[in-house]
Amino acid sequence: MARIEVPMPQMGESIAEGTVSKWLKALGDVVARDEPILEISTDKVDAEIPAPAAGTLVEIAVQEGETVEVGTIVAFIDPEGGAAVAAPPAAAPDEAAPPVAQVAAPVAAAPAPPSDVDPGSAEERLRTRSTPVVRKIAEEHGVDIAAVSGTGHAGRVTKQDILDFIEAGGEPAPLPVPEVAVAGTASPASTPAAAPATRGAPSDLWQRFYGEVEHPEFPVRAADTVEPMDKIRRLTAAHMVVAKRISPHVHSFIEIDFGAVDRIRAANKKRWAEQGARVSYTAFVAWATSRVLREFPMVNATVSGNNLVFRGNVNLGMAVDLNPGLIVPVVHDADDLSLVGLGKKIVDLAERARARKLLPEEIQGASFSITNPGVLGTLVGMPVIPKGTSAILGTGAIEKRVVAVVDPDTGLDAIAIRKRSLFSLGYDHRIVDGADAARFLARLKEMMETFPEDA
Amino acid sequence: MTQTPQRPPLEVRRLGRVPYGESLALQEQLVSARRAGDVPDTLLLVEHPHVITMGTAGSWAHVVSDAAERALLGIEMFEAGRGGDVTYHGPGQLVAYPILDLKPDRQDLHRYLRDLEDMLIRVAGDFGIEAGRREGKTGAWTSSGKLAAIGVRVSSGWITSHGVALNVHTDLRYFDTIVPCGIADEAVTSLERELGRPVSLEEASICLENAFGSIFDRHILVG
Repeated sequence: MARIEVPMPQMGESIAEGTVSKWLKALGDVVARDEPILEISTDKVDAEIPAPAAGTLVEIAVQEGETVEVGTIVAFIDPEGGAAVAAPPAAAPDEAAPPVAQVAAPVAAAPAPPSDVDPGSAEERLRTRSTPVVRKIAEEHGVDIAAVSGTGHAGRVTKQDILDFIEAGGEPAPLPVPEVAVAGTASPASTPAAAPATRGAPSDLWQRFYGEVEHPEFPVRAADTVEPMDKIRRLTAAHMVVAKRISPHVHSFIEIDFGAVDRIRAANKKRWAEQGARVSYTAFVAWATSRVLREFPMVNATVSGNNLVFRGNVNLGMAVDLNPGLIVPVVHDADDLSLVGLGKKIVDLAERARARKLLPEEIQGASFSITNPGVLGTLVGMPVIPKGTSAILGTGAIEKRVVAVVDPDTGLDAIAIRKRSLFSLGYDHRIVDGADAARFLARLKEMMETFPEDA
Repeated sequence: MTQTPQRPPLEVRRLGRVPYGESLALQEQLVSARRAGDVPDTLLLVEHPHVITMGTAGSWAHVVSDAAERALLGIEMFEAGRGGDVTYHGPGQLVAYPILDLKPDRQDLHRYLRDLEDMLIRVAGDFGIEAGRREGKTGAWTSSGKLAAIGVRVSSGWITSHGVALNVHTDLRYFDTIVPCGIADEAVTSLERELGRPVSLEEASICLENAFGSIFDRHILVG
């Protein structure tokens, strides 16, 4: 007997997607018909989703925090009750796929779907394993969805699957291989051609390390308060543990004079204001860093299995303090932007980060990161290297310091007041040698201290 | 009692000052009772002591006060189980919790939100204040800021709970302890601030009940 699908319901005419906020039932739980099994959130509403039938919850296809289109299957219920339960969520990506494929195969052999069906019908979704968007594309191109291999949740046909299928001239694609498995097999002697296949797929080693993160517990004392970690904090905590465990961190420091930057800021302030641009010190740092990164490919790279992956784009992650909490929006192709362009982009991303209006792609794909502990007066920090990158720049407080200089008039040593800042580079010592880091920092210092007028 | 047969009844309960935790328990009880058909659609009107509540879409990152500061101000904190981000409730704010069965003809979450906004805009209008919507920012807004917040829960069987919080004569400084609804740099406002004269919760309650009955097409019974 086929398992019963639980789709993300259509909760309103203009609602296209929903976020699974909480599973009220666990895998293996017996549920009654109409008993709430999960909560979803859309916009300002939280809604309980009841079970469409009585049975056992045998698979959870969408985890808490994930957002999916209306119609996407979020779970399966086995009406027979005692059937075997799919693998637990932690191991789900690779282990859950095969049983799903077995269910999907006979389904695919069913007669071609009528095209004017009610998208709300469970039977119809079972037949076509797709969302309304995909069905619409299929209809427009006269494609039988049953002939398309699905790589989505539970073997479902995603929008990309059907577009690929159409582009390939309608030939059935080879059986889907789970992404995780691809990443796992890309280890030794991987050809450049094999590399793109692993793009975006986290290695199973990384996943395993995440799975192993456990935070030891400590006794609570009478005057203490205990708050559960929210989702961002949980993710951050696990990420930091894994990042520190995987990358051997080394930090190097350099002091940078902001005299040249200040002169350019003073000379252009009025003009920039008229253009509606705010060009912060951070924009100068981002501009110089993005140019220097081009000269130091190992700093704009990552270790991936036994390979070194040198990133083809300079995508700068810029840490934004949410106080408390932190988010790292990404300036894609930062080396293509002018100084003013970068200034505007950074202000825009930071504002939208604080307003929680960032798009998913705007927090993904960083190849290098910049964090600014100095904004709060800190002398300098030793930041943790984000996963999938090889280095991070920390900028310290920019403040006036007493320094020894050579007086240009007399040629003698003199004491002067200069605006300066300590920069730190945290780097993954597997790929970046100490001398590379030193050269990178020296070049960055040179760029900052002789900042071009026409940036 | 005169009751127009075409309009379903709405029982309004003006409960006065109610601690947030009690209002959660009461709503939970009423949602079950409404689902079972034991009570009619109900509108709870309350005023809460100082409290910060967190919606499911929210982040504690948007609570900018620390525990010590909140203790000093006497502010409680709750996970509310409603949609939306963090918000503040407190004295001088009229909070309305509709426990409605949206079946059979109102099963649309966006429509429900828009109806609540219409209701709030109408209440503002009753006071001669021009309020409206802001794209992508659910709530009722005037040109000077957010007048009312919305955060809703729909339980199994399309039964609503949680609802709207209208600033009547709220001490708006308390909003400084949070980033309301996760939207930084947005001002909040109140009926009193807009009008420059004192407005009582009773006055606002009467307007809200009437607007609610009219927008949701319900016949009001005051319980």
